[in-house]
Amino acid sequence: VIIEPGAPVPEFTLRRGDGRRFTRADLEGDTTVLVFYPFAFSPVCTDQLNLYDEVLDELTAAGATVYGVSCDATYSQTAFRERLGVRIEQLSDFEPKGAACRAFGVYHEGGFPQRALVIVGPDARVRWSYQAASTSELPGANLIFDALAAT
Amino acid sequence: LTGLRSAPVPEPGGADHVRGPADAPLIIEYGDFECPYCAALSLRLEQVTCRLVFRHFPVRSSHPRAWPAACAAEAADRQGRFWEMHDLLFSDPGRLEDPHLWRRAERLGLDLDRFEADRRSEAVRDRVRGDFRSGVRAGVVTTPTVFTAGRMHAGRFDVARLS
Repeated sequence: VIIEPGAPVPEFTLRRGDGRRFTRADLEGDTTVLVFYPFAFSPVCTDQLNLYDEVLDELTAAGATVYGVSCDATYSQTAFRERLGVRIEQLSDFEPKGAACRAFGVYHEGGFPQRALVIVGPDARVRWSYQAASTSELPGANLIFDALAAT
Repeated sequence: LTGLRSAPVPEPGGADHVRGPADAPLIIEYGDFECPYCAALSLRLEQVTCRLVFRHFPVRSSHPRAWPAACAAEAADRQGRFWEMHDLLFSDPGRLEDPHLWRRAERLGLDLDRFEADRRSEAVRDRVRGDFRSGVRAGVVTTPTVFTAGRMHAGRFDVARLS
């Protein structure tokens, strides 16, 4: 089950595009939107990240830093980001596969992240979380703006 | 910071591009002119009776020419030829560079200087941006997204649902 609002974010390790670690400590002091998506290059994920990138300046203005998270390898994520032409930084949950996704309660038994959104406050506690009803559902950017405004 | 929070899809209004009989089933489409599924939908919609509202939903990283194409359609609208430009854009979505846009404007007999100034104007950009933002607020993510009978349909839309 996806991590609930109010819960402290558990310890986790993801990898940035340059191979550096991204951990719980990197969430502290910022409002962070984690966009969990099933697969790089899959059609629905493409539309979702493209749209969030289109409104990225306004998400930034609302005080949020946005990251895409999947179990794809760093190189695949970088290729995906460059292919799309989006600025959103990608974080890889490749090895041990899905460990961070499990910690957030968004790992799909099929071996990939559920399509889910988690907003973490500067205190590294979850402010809001949302899991799509199916991996083909496309969560609108409006949901993120609602959550940023409400909490 | 509340500009993109959720809001219902706006009812058709005076600023909208609308065609079709007033008593036909209403379709509000969020589309872009570089989107092949939108072009296909446009052809299928010609085969049914409906009242179509077209709103722009260009996303730069998906379709880099969608923005200029949307602005070209709005510039044509300033000379009363929105739907003609809409149809010409969807009839050849692989050709959306500036010279292709100028050729379409010529074909429609538009005042080219005015077309060129309008399509680059802030007013036209605001018009396109307004459509896009209303779509984001209504939860649109992809194109085409169609609203009909109060329901949202993302992606390919079966026009047979209208009858």
